[in-house]
Amino acid sequence: MKHTKFMTAAIGLAFVGAFAVNAQAADMPKFTIVNDTIPASLTGKPGDAANGRKVAIDRKKGNCLACHVMPIPEQQFHGHVGPDLHGVAKRYDEATLRMRVVDPKVLNEDTMMPSFFTTGQHRVTKKFEGKTILGAQEVEDVIAYLKTLM
Amino acid sequence: MNFKTIITTIAVLGTGITLAACQMDAYQAPNPNGSELWSGYKTATAETRAMQDDDFANPGMPMVDSAAALYNKKDGEANMSCADCHGAVDDPKGGSKGLPMKGVSARYPVYDADTKKPINVELRINKCRTKYQKAKEYKYESDAMLGMTGLIALQSRGIPMMSTADNPSDELNAAWKAGEAFYYERRGQLNMSCKHCHEDHQGELIRAEVLSQGQSNGFPTYRLKWSKLGSLHRRFRGCNGNIRAEPYGYGSDEYLNLETYLAWRGRGLPMEGPSVRK
Repeated sequence: MKHTKFMTAAIGLAFVGAFAVNAQAADMPKFTIVNDTIPASLTGKPGDAANGRKVAIDRKKGNCLACHVMPIPEQQFHGHVGPDLHGVAKRYDEATLRMRVVDPKVLNEDTMMPSFFTTGQHRVTKKFEGKTILGAQEVEDVIAYLKTLM
Repeated sequence: MNFKTIITTIAVLGTGITLAACQMDAYQAPNPNGSELWSGYKTATAETRAMQDDDFANPGMPMVDSAAALYNKKDGEANMSCADCHGAVDDPKGGSKGLPMKGVSARYPVYDADTKKPINVELRINKCRTKYQKAKEYKYESDAMLGMTGLIALQSRGIPMMSTADNPSDELNAAWKAGEAFYYERRGQLNMSCKHCHEDHQGELIRAEVLSQGQSNGFPTYRLKWSKLGSLHRRFRGCNGNIRAEPYGYGSDEYLNLETYLAWRGRGLPMEGPSVRK
């Protein structure tokens, strides 16, 4: 019985391992920059604006409120480090917004804003090494949400 | 005017010009802080300031008081106390050997000829403990070490930080340069450098937090978030962790270099340790 249990656990671990590798591979940053914009969806699928709003609020995900004032009245204390995002969709089209979330350093190499869909930064903690801050679909969800800020 | 007077006049003038040149040399690097030099005291709440202003209300002081007892206690195989060499901690003459604690924290880190690296107050305490007292080192973030660095910082209250490490002839110049490079180097998954928060966006809000100028003059500091005194290197590690960067070790070369560089950025700021912060 012990043996069987061990086998089951081993198979389980192998499965989890394979899944983890797949998940990471799916989120490896692949995108095409055209004139400082990223026109194509990172996933080929449209984003979910409602989830994008949640990702934007989540301190462990987008954490956009750390630096930006946004039309999210139920959250207190919006940061003032970055520009106010009210009406951001009037100022930027989808391809530009995507560029600014994926890797804003392409537009301003000195910006404080993190690149939410790149890897390879210096001295990243083990927990986050090789990982992007947001997954590809999460980026698309945030873009869909930002597009509602007219 | 005889010949001797002329020679003396030339010598005096020459010395003056050389001194003036050295003076200019010492501050050749531009001030990177902006128009105003400020510590976190400026943006602290009235309640937090009041705690710092009153030693009886300062929650870091009990640990400092314990250290004051340790300071006078004989320790190690040599059976020596700190006071045996330095005199009473607040003796401006620094005992019979003339080694006062006053001004130490405002001057440190200094260059250690033995290691050819910067040495900060923590490491200096441990050097004294092993070299002279023949006692065991204090752990970097231990209560004894925090209390002792707090006690020593207290002797420099109000004294401006002084550093000339930007001067190419200063023994700390290599460390200063390495610290400066560290300050401007991006790191961590959030890929930020110290300057993004503490230079570019100082005084601005990250949610409800005001970004400080990142000055070191208040350490060790009692952080209400920690409910304890903490060292500058603990704060560095916290900052690094916040941007998802692997922190460096307590007393590591990287942090000693950064501490050396920050002492220069803060030159002119009066010492506040042990300070109280949010």
